[in-house]
Amino acid sequence: MTEEIIIAGFGGQGVLSMGKILAYSGIMQNKEVSWMPSYGPEMRGGTSNVTVIISDERISSPCLNQFDTAIILNQPSMDKFENSVKPGGLLIYDPNGITSPPTRKDINIYQVAAAEEAAKIGIAKLFNMIVLGGFLKIKPLVTEEFLKKGLEKSLPERHHGLIPENIKAVEIGKELLKPFHVL
Amino acid sequence: MKELRLMKGNEAIAEGAIRCGCDGYFGYPITPQSEILEHLMAEKPYEKTGMVVLQAESEVASINMVYGGGAVGKKVMTTSSSPGVSLMQEGLSYIAGAEIPALCVNVVRGGPGLGTIQPSQADYFQTVKGGGHGDYRLITLAPASVQEMYDFVELGFDLAFKYRNPVMILSDGIIGQVMEKVEVGDYKPRWTDEYIAETFPWAATGKPKKRDHNIVTSLQLESAKQEKVNLRLQAKYKECEANEVRYETIQCEDADYILVAYGSSARICQKVLQLAREEGIKVGLIRPITLWPFPKQIIHDIGIKAKGILSVEMNAGQMIEDVMLAVECKVPVKHYGRFGGIVPTPSEILQALKNF
Repeated sequence: MTEEIIIAGFGGQGVLSMGKILAYSGIMQNKEVSWMPSYGPEMRGGTSNVTVIISDERISSPCLNQFDTAIILNQPSMDKFENSVKPGGLLIYDPNGITSPPTRKDINIYQVAAAEEAAKIGIAKLFNMIVLGGFLKIKPLVTEEFLKKGLEKSLPERHHGLIPENIKAVEIGKELLKPFHVL
Repeated sequence: MKELRLMKGNEAIAEGAIRCGCDGYFGYPITPQSEILEHLMAEKPYEKTGMVVLQAESEVASINMVYGGGAVGKKVMTTSSSPGVSLMQEGLSYIAGAEIPALCVNVVRGGPGLGTIQPSQADYFQTVKGGGHGDYRLITLAPASVQEMYDFVELGFDLAFKYRNPVMILSDGIIGQVMEKVEVGDYKPRWTDEYIAETFPWAATGKPKKRDHNIVTSLQLESAKQEKVNLRLQAKYKECEANEVRYETIQCEDADYILVAYGSSARICQKVLQLAREEGIKVGLIRPITLWPFPKQIIHDIGIKAKGILSVEMNAGQMIEDVMLAVECKVPVKHYGRFGGIVPTPSEILQALKNF
């Protein structure tokens, strides 16, 4: 099993930390992982993206141009990465701020209205975990047990009290997941 | 006991230094390697092992602090990225000339000039052909994973002290920034002053009554003496070439075409191997781990049986010259690369291979 994922959005949306939590959870589950951020001018405001690979085997390239899954959180990222999903692959996006929805017919596309829900119930900071929940519903790469362990590893100890809220946000994301175009 | 961590390549360099018993780090921040200094400052090794961590006023100061620390037999290092390493070239030449063990890490970014902060391999020539003046060599290690970033710090110090020579870890923005699984080892104690005085009789550890002053210098005003220094250096480099070549070969047994790539390019090429073989193209990869001494023999032996060799580098074609020398131009050798911080995709390398 090898899952090659790109997560892309605005800086501050928690793109990098979502990837980090996924990577840590993968390690806890004894997988090989790689987390390659964009560290260029993007991280100084604007778009931000990270390539996360989780595999049972030794990982080849940490930098890729074709992905099994794209998790898209803004329009510039949609423009950039919609065509980078492998045929038959998966695209998950938050419709908030998306002016041109995806048009590919050869991939599976789902929506998670995470921004709207996060604002509604007042957990804006957990927006990224809601999105992650949507992804894990379709591709349960890590179990809840290992996700908890991943959170413990990636969050500083003073924030460990927030882990139950994070897990709850993941559950909300699983419920919010809505098919947009399914093969 | 081994401990599993998820770390950036840069953090692994810092952690490797603390745990292998490094005595001192002198550096100046620059993207894409600032996490090395940040990690060291956060870990505060001066409280754990007594290792000094100092942010110098410049790269020129850093490398000369390394000169001083190495001259007294301490395990000292510096790190920087391309423009900073250019500033260190004079110091590296002096360190090589004075035969001081030292470790330098270059997390390469796109150039020339201030260039860009994105990954590149355009400092190959500077590193292996001598960026400073004089007939000297840097033992050069090219890590291709975060684990190797960690492991090569200790290996680098071992080689530096074995040969009394500066060692360069030639990394780049990808291997510096990527996070991967790393197995970290136990904390090794730093060498005691007694151990250093006993083990390194050349080091400037203070003059006991029973011997003359130890003078650590790269200056010889008499040419006859300076020629002797050069002959000694060349003999040492020969020994190094005979004993320290390191490389990895992947799927070369049945390969029609061979890719030669180091560091992050070698990682991207592993993906190319996979894609090419899915299409029935038999490709293998030779990954030089030491760039100097260069794995000439294995590239020759495998290369001359191939239909062609593609040297994949994130530069305009630098290592290709060493590959061509290795195969004595008996087979066609071509180059594929992107510059200025652009990372080549596996698909475009595959296309270059198809166009061979």
